[in-house]
Amino acid sequence: MLNFSKINVLIIYLLFFFIAIFSALNLQKDENKFFEKKINLGLDLQGGSYLLLEINSDNLIEEKIQSKVIPIKKLLKDNGINYNNFKINKNNLSLNLDNIDKFDLLFNSRKENLVNPYIDNYRSYELEYKKISNKQIEIFFSKFGLLTINNSALKQSIEIVRRRIDDVGTKEPTILQRGEKRILVELPGLKDPERIKSLLGKTAQLNFRLVTDNNEFGTDKLISENGEKLNVSKRIIMSGENLIDAQPNINNQNNEPTVSFTLDRLGSQKFGRATTDNVGKRLAIVLDGEIVSAPNINEPITSGNGMISGNFTFQEATDLSLLLRSGALPTPLIVVEERTVGPDLGEDSIKSGITSLIVGFILVILFMLYKYKIFGLIANTALIANLLMLTGVLTILEATLTLPGIAGIILTVGMAVDANVLIFERIREELKTEKSVIHAFDSGYTRAKITVLDANITTLIAAIILFAFGSGPVKGFAITLGIGIVTTLFTAYFLARHLTSLIVLNAKNKDIKI
Amino acid sequence: MTNINFSAKFKYANILSLALFSISIIFITFKGLNYGIDFKGGTLIELRSNNTEASSIRDVLKNMNLGDVNVKKFGQKGDYLIKVEQTGDNNKLIPEIKKSLSDNLTSEVNFRRVENVGPKVSAELLQSGVIAISLSLAAMLFYIWVRFEWQFSIGSIIALFHDVIITLGIFSILSLEINLSIIAAVLTIVGYSMNDTVVIYDRIRENLGKYHRLNISDIANLSINETLARTIITSVTTLLALLSIFILGGEILRGFSFAMILGVLIGTYSSIFVASPILKTFKVSYKTLEKEEEKIVP
Repeated sequence: MLNFSKINVLIIYLLFFFIAIFSALNLQKDENKFFEKKINLGLDLQGGSYLLLEINSDNLIEEKIQSKVIPIKKLLKDNGINYNNFKINKNNLSLNLDNIDKFDLLFNSRKENLVNPYIDNYRSYELEYKKISNKQIEIFFSKFGLLTINNSALKQSIEIVRRRIDDVGTKEPTILQRGEKRILVELPGLKDPERIKSLLGKTAQLNFRLVTDNNEFGTDKLISENGEKLNVSKRIIMSGENLIDAQPNINNQNNEPTVSFTLDRLGSQKFGRATTDNVGKRLAIVLDGEIVSAPNINEPITSGNGMISGNFTFQEATDLSLLLRSGALPTPLIVVEERTVGPDLGEDSIKSGITSLIVGFILVILFMLYKYKIFGLIANTALIANLLMLTGVLTILEATLTLPGIAGIILTVGMAVDANVLIFERIREELKTEKSVIHAFDSGYTRAKITVLDANITTLIAAIILFAFGSGPVKGFAITLGIGIVTTLFTAYFLARHLTSLIVLNAKNKDIKI
Repeated sequence: MTNINFSAKFKYANILSLALFSISIIFITFKGLNYGIDFKGGTLIELRSNNTEASSIRDVLKNMNLGDVNVKKFGQKGDYLIKVEQTGDNNKLIPEIKKSLSDNLTSEVNFRRVENVGPKVSAELLQSGVIAISLSLAAMLFYIWVRFEWQFSIGSIIALFHDVIITLGIFSILSLEINLSIIAAVLTIVGYSMNDTVVIYDRIRENLGKYHRLNISDIANLSINETLARTIITSVTTLLALLSIFILGGEILRGFSFAMILGVLIGTYSSIFVASPILKTFKVSYKTLEKEEEKIVP
């Protein structure tokens, strides 16, 4: 175990220097980067906000099931199936039929089925129905249908969340899908996430609807910005989808902040037609079910440009135009988990983390020197090499260092010497029975190998499980602990062993104490 | 090499272990664990406000009708930790609390940390924590079963249970908070304790092959003594590192490092006084190893 071929020595040291050199990259100044690799600081160290958002697809399902009412009624009518007692419930439609068998045939037919489209790849229907009694059935979304609704809502939400956050101008945000219903948002350096939370908390569904007494499409009783009770038609003249731009503005006449918007071609046509036909009436601008303002239509607006006023502050006008630009969220988003760390706490954490790392390191080094003298020096050299390699690997992986991650490094310092302690203690035992010093060292290394491996693999297993199940900062701990074990094995079994061999072989069987 | 008669003390150690284990189980069952917001849900706010008393923070929050509110000092003077038990997802709660505190406290308030965990997420975090610990125990059981014989596997797993339960028991007795980092600590304890046990087991296995005439008590005794220097040195270096985190690492890492310190002490004890006597109970001898070899090489 003490004989190293020159090639082996070369490989060991090259590998060490190659990995360790990466740790130096972290010392680079931001301005002139030689190489774009660096250990990232976790949100708990640099400060920032972590948000976990959840979409609530209940409303969406309600909306989608309602959108099936007309096609289903049409299907029944076209095929001469009589129905009555058609009820729209929260997540299903219930109705009485005179001919369920015929309905079944139609409902499940594969050809050009607009009511219940057949998706060949998935072999699944969007809708299902079940018999409640001989006559009554309930139509509801199948598992596949629900999944499709949910997934498309999630994808769309992520896109809109990204647009809104980008528009606010936060640096390096992370926006990721988490599971089936959640979006993870990390905003480094953000001190107060309240503005972003309130921006993400609004669906921002904008509708233009007429104030009317006509009951043809049904009306909603809404309260205007001035406290008037208005009857607003359910018919939507135009919605936010047709907006291509929105900007905050100051009205020249009364210095009031407003939002000016630009419509796409279809929107301009719709808006132009509606305003032409309804001059003199009032137009309600409804955002998320509340009236923003309800101005009079003084003249037709055909240019495709318009303006919304509504007692805004300039900040509100800015936020509203941002929301309108980014588009509407399909469902409201709920913040189910939030963790925000202020920048000064982050700095304090780095300071105390580094201080305890240095102190712990020095204590371990002194103890090893006291215990093993010259071989303690070898163990300590291995320990320093270990730390360099550990930071090197973290840099190569561009891992995120968290406060528990620093704790993991300190723990590695404490536990890394174990490999060398195991070996040295074994050598001590061997020296008692073995006459040749070289043989004693050799068999010490050989016999301790299995134990060192066994002992470290157990900790590695714990680290891997922690990595798989841990969240956020705890994952950072698992990463440093896990990588620490691998670098520990390398430094103890290659570097320290080589250094030991240099001492032992040079001493030529003279008395060596360990 | 030391020559301490450990096996003579196994009997007393067993009584001690059993007593500690039972007391821990009783406390965990009846007093329960003090779950933090990670596992119970709720809102946590760490703030720094010089010249502010905890009572004035309490008064401000009392007027908001938030239900159960807990305000305590945290680290240096002027630092406070506020915990609000909250039900349901309410996006507006945090800004309301922040505003109310900023408006009503006389000195400036710096919000250093805000955490809010909804009830669904906290239930999931608790679940994944329990799964992670169970899985790590199972993985250890399996690893030892592959590397050693089943008697060793059972012995080490009983030692691990012993360590985890007593650590949690002490947390229950002292009403210390269980949060995500404590789960990390418990998992690391599992790894560390296993590491310690494996070193002694390795030596027992080696000595079983070497000294056929010695019975398992003597073999265990010899092996523990042979590895004792290593056991102590490694515990000391690990404890040095952990003490450094505990004292200097700041308030956030305190619970974590405390759990780890407990775990290292208990884990070291259990490798000697729990894991080894169990081999005696199973009447392990060199024949146990031979049987295994026969199985592998037919």
